[in-house]
Amino acid sequence: MSVTAFLTDSTLCIGCKACEVACKEWNQIPGDGFVWSGLSYDNTGGLGHATWRHVKFVENGATPGVGGNSPENFSWGFSSDVCKHCENAGCLEACPTGAIVRTEFGGVYIQPDVCNGCSYCVVACPFGVVDRDETDGRAFKCTFCYDRQKEGLAPACATACPTESIKFGKLDDLREAAHDRVEELTDAGFRDVQLYDPIDSSVGGIHAFFITRGDPRTYNLPPQPQVPTVYLRKGWISAAISSGLMIAAALVAFAGNRKS
Amino acid sequence: MNALFQRWPVIRQLLHGGDGTGPEAMSDATKSLRPRNSGAKVARSICPYCGVGCGQLVYHQDGKLISIEGDPQSPISRGHLCPKGAASYQLLTHSQRATKVLYRRPRAAAWEEIDLDAAMDMVADRLWESRERTFVEAKDGRRVMNTTAVAHLGGATLDNEENYLIKKLFTAGLGMVCVSNQARI
Amino acid sequence: MPGLGTSFGRGGATTAQQDLANSDAILIMGSSMAENHPVGFQWVMEARNKGAKIIHVDPRFTRTSAMADIWVPLRAGSDIVLLGALIRFVLENKRDFREYVLHYTNAPVILRDDFQDTEDLEGVFSGWNEAQKEYDFETWSYRGAPTVPGAKVHGGHAKDRGGERSRECIYDRDLTLQNPRCVYQVLKRHFQRYTPELVEQECGIPRRIFEELAEAFCSASGPEKTAAICYAVGWTQHSDGVQIIRSAAILQLLLGNIGRPGGGILALRGHASIQGSTDIPTLYDILPGYLPMPYFDGDSGSLEGYLKRHTTACGWWSNFEKYAVSLLKAYYGDRATQDNDFGFDWLPRVTGDHSHLGYWLEMDKGNVEGLFVMGQNPAVGAPNSGLERKALAKLKWLVVRDMVETETASFWLDSPEISSGQLRTSEIDTEVFLFPAAGHAEKNGSFTNTQRLLQFHEIAVHPPGDARSETWFMYHLGRRLKEKARANPSPRNAGLNALTWDYPVEGPVAEPDAEAVLKEINGWTTADRKLLSSYRDLKADGSTASGCWIYTGVFPAPNENKARRREPKGRYGHGWGFAWPSDRHILYNRASARPDGQPWSEKKKLVWWDAEKNEWTGYDVPDFTKNKPPDYHPPADAKNDDALAGDKPFIMHPDGFGWIWVPSGLKDGPLPTHYEPLETPLKNRLYPRHATDPGANKLENPENPYANSPDPRFPYVLTTYRLTEHHTAGGMSRYLSHLAELQPELFCEISPELAGELDIHNGDFVTIVTARSSIDARSLVTARVRPIQVDGRVIHQVGLPYHWGYKGLVKGDVVNDLIAISEEPNVRIMETKALLCNVFRRENGRDPQKYSRDGEREIPEASAESEAA
Repeated sequence: MSVTAFLTDSTLCIGCKACEVACKEWNQIPGDGFVWSGLSYDNTGGLGHATWRHVKFVENGATPGVGGNSPENFSWGFSSDVCKHCENAGCLEACPTGAIVRTEFGGVYIQPDVCNGCSYCVVACPFGVVDRDETDGRAFKCTFCYDRQKEGLAPACATACPTESIKFGKLDDLREAAHDRVEELTDAGFRDVQLYDPIDSSVGGIHAFFITRGDPRTYNLPPQPQVPTVYLRKGWISAAISSGLMIAAALVAFAGNRKS
Repeated sequence: MNALFQRWPVIRQLLHGGDGTGPEAMSDATKSLRPRNSGAKVARSICPYCGVGCGQLVYHQDGKLISIEGDPQSPISRGHLCPKGAASYQLLTHSQRATKVLYRRPRAAAWEEIDLDAAMDMVADRLWESRERTFVEAKDGRRVMNTTAVAHLGGATLDNEENYLIKKLFTAGLGMVCVSNQARI
Repeated sequence: MPGLGTSFGRGGATTAQQDLANSDAILIMGSSMAENHPVGFQWVMEARNKGAKIIHVDPRFTRTSAMADIWVPLRAGSDIVLLGALIRFVLENKRDFREYVLHYTNAPVILRDDFQDTEDLEGVFSGWNEAQKEYDFETWSYRGAPTVPGAKVHGGHAKDRGGERSRECIYDRDLTLQNPRCVYQVLKRHFQRYTPELVEQECGIPRRIFEELAEAFCSASGPEKTAAICYAVGWTQHSDGVQIIRSAAILQLLLGNIGRPGGGILALRGHASIQGSTDIPTLYDILPGYLPMPYFDGDSGSLEGYLKRHTTACGWWSNFEKYAVSLLKAYYGDRATQDNDFGFDWLPRVTGDHSHLGYWLEMDKGNVEGLFVMGQNPAVGAPNSGLERKALAKLKWLVVRDMVETETASFWLDSPEISSGQLRTSEIDTEVFLFPAAGHAEKNGSFTNTQRLLQFHEIAVHPPGDARSETWFMYHLGRRLKEKARANPSPRNAGLNALTWDYPVEGPVAEPDAEAVLKEINGWTTADRKLLSSYRDLKADGSTASGCWIYTGVFPAPNENKARRREPKGRYGHGWGFAWPSDRHILYNRASARPDGQPWSEKKKLVWWDAEKNEWTGYDVPDFTKNKPPDYHPPADAKNDDALAGDKPFIMHPDGFGWIWVPSGLKDGPLPTHYEPLETPLKNRLYPRHATDPGANKLENPENPYANSPDPRFPYVLTTYRLTEHHTAGGMSRYLSHLAELQPELFCEISPELAGELDIHNGDFVTIVTARSSIDARSLVTARVRPIQVDGRVIHQVGLPYHWGYKGLVKGDVVNDLIAISEEPNVRIMETKALLCNVFRRENGRDPQKYSRDGEREIPEASAESEAA
């Protein structure tokens, strides 16, 4: 069973939103409201309980003679956001009911039949991905198409993506491909290209990395994502040490008493 | 009771090792999770939206649609679909689909449902009467053999076989010349 | 279709989408391919990844521009100025692919001395009849070609070949291209004034950008390289749309890009079977396989006259009789005999403009009793939809077949005209039937995609409730009508009585077997119903039947439905579906080899002559007579395909050439000429006396009025288009939450500059007004729309996607209310891509009066000044 990942290469994204729709169709997610945002062509807004893929649109103006594929000019960017399936997943660590599990593919999966809607995961996600459905009560996010992966199928979004901007595969292979792609683009003069893969942050690496032009923050990708539970972990460790010490002290005292 | 006890994550964790976030924490539903279309029948289809002609795999079971996705074998689409093509399942299953023949009488303010066969008879009668009234056999001693008072519109979303029957019956059979569709290019 | 048909011989894309991956440059113009054909666009992305230059010409910066290397904004409606200038650039800089041009095009052919160009006649060609508003194109013929003076020729979706007067196989050539009357020199003079300066003035494209575009495209052409052009309705929906496509054809012929891998012109069709519905037409002016309908006022009084009119002496159309007779046999079966001209007299004659727009105006006058609408939604999708909706109320009966209750079906209930009181439900006498239709996965059938590929879709589940396929509806309607005809054997019913209608039915609802219909389309021998494998087997003596000759071969044996094949092999995926004709994916592919039969280059080889085997071979099925050697010279008395030499790749044409010059078949000229849109803010600098396409029909009336050109009431250029997230008039997208939520509301794209002038902020409600109507939309202020500098002034352009209506999950005003009903001369398409409008900010949200005629109160009366202008 290999560990899998998404590589979302936004330099290939045409902003068609096939990923959003394919995800909703496969996972039978209801509509997410009919609100026109006025923000470029993005009426989805962000990831949420009923939107597990979201294409963000960033407009930077347009210059006659220059297309969006020109190294010197970045006019209109699209990038499809998704759950990062963190190595140190805040949601998973925060979940008190065991509803969130790590799958054999390395993905982070919320078990809908176990989730009790406590929302601890919602605040624990460093990317703001997990969202609670207020009518249903439970928390939802990208399942990494765990069901499909079990039979060797790629997730619905990656399957649909017309330009293969969303790639799915083995994590190690994709990470290598991502570095190659960044190098290729840099060689072609795209000096603003970046790979978003915060391996050295507290999330300890992700299973969905991104190639973007310009600052990844533009696409809601924080440079140093922080898992809230890293603080908890320190707290738990010191609690464990002190309780251990207390037990030891008690035992010592008890033993001393017996000897005496 | 024992089984119930064993489903408690902490117990499973203790029994199977691990940190309680892996397979040991998976519910039965999670463990038995399979793709919805697993084992379903598949029909080879083509996307009904634009003219690209993407291949589709239509999964179905017991007369019900299960899912629709791209056909990876297609030399045109290579398994991909755009948002419209990806929405094909909803296109066929959404709640606003018309499923009954609706009829609106002259001057009426509402639809009424009518029987399909009766509706077919009514349409055949209307068409026949209009054609009888308006058919022109000749003008200035030369053959016309047409009616311009019964018209047709549509075809670019239909199948070749359907367009063939429309043109054959309406034009070659009934003499309708006002036959048109979306195609102008 | 006639743009491609007259240039190359067939009204279809010359190439396949996958082949774009082999291009060295791709010009996308008149299309936002990434948005409207996203999956096809993957091949453009593949070419881009291999280093091809992607050029997008569009008034707006779209999602396609965002993927392009070069984006060139232009003034909507100035396309032929730009393309003409590209042609001039090629000619002036000697960038043409000379050997290709000399041997494969009619550039060296000598024209008549009495031909006069638009440059000589201030915007019209010789032969223009101002009173009749049409051309006599005798003077456009090749020098020495016999003509029949005064013979009337109808253009249309089929190129009217003009019969015996169309003798383009007789010609003189000057292979030095020096003769001043040769096509090459005439072309050069014709486009002499289409300079980079003119492009700057008329299109608003700075000279530097024009030259970069020209260089990028031309340098990607030649023996080692090829460039492709993709277009869609951004070209066709103009009053001179066919001539825009003609400009592209000329450019590609000069650069040697037709019939070669990575070259070609890809027409991007917007519906699943747009191509199919012209091949097997639900159109008034043609029969299946691009056979023209018989015309009342033509030479079509008899089969003999009809055949004489359309059969050419040489080239493939000399087989016309075989295809026409075989079609009549498919229609009328055993009753069609030699003695009764195979039932030709049962076919109706065309007696006027029976196109959608033409007959709708008749409907508006009360001259149409009944209407069938199948899978189309004219109440939203048709131009001047307000007029279209009101005309529906004049029908006695209306039958709508669709998957949802469309705006067309419910025009009597909730249309804007009902809300405004212009129509009253209680006074509308129209009987309306709404039949639920089956979806694509609920029936068997084939679509023909944008690259002429027939692909069968299989039934997965039965349609819900009373929903049925059109095959079912037509079959069972026909059955009822044939019963009526049998009871009444009058002369007018003879055709209906003869009509074969014996399709097998199956299942609980008696669904006709779609494959049985496809077999009839394919064709068979009439004696024993043996299925045919090629249109070469069709006969003119009644011994074969075929419902559409170009599809013959799709079903060559009882269990061999090639549209259903799913075993792709090789570069073009042969073995998956069936490309007409004869599974050829790249048309005119003989041109991928030099005149001597060998590839132009190793890199660009496709089809070549194998001298050992004495046949053409390669990666595609040769679009050429298989064993005709490259050095074949026809004897003087040769006819048919034998009259074409071994180095003539355009086999449908009588001369075998790609037609830079179209001597017959188009109603508005042998060469493209820049005409302004029917509504324009500018004068036509080139041809002030004939500013607009002389053949275009404005169909102007009080319900279909136009702005002046220019018109101070309507200072801005309006262009309309589609979005990725919706489909045409919305019947297949506005009812789906997964699509509707992605673009839930109608918006109007305007530049920050215009927004500033009008004090409009992003998201404000605005009213857009044209001479026809006014609608409301949200404003989307974006720098992707830019004011254009033309002719020393600033022109603002405004964009509107047109998907909304008054039904569905998301609603909005009908953009097509703003559009005029107008007709391009050849195919009678309306102009939606360039018209005039005004924009106002709404103070208090939506205007409750917007649907009433009062709603147009913002339109000031035309001032004396504007009328004089």
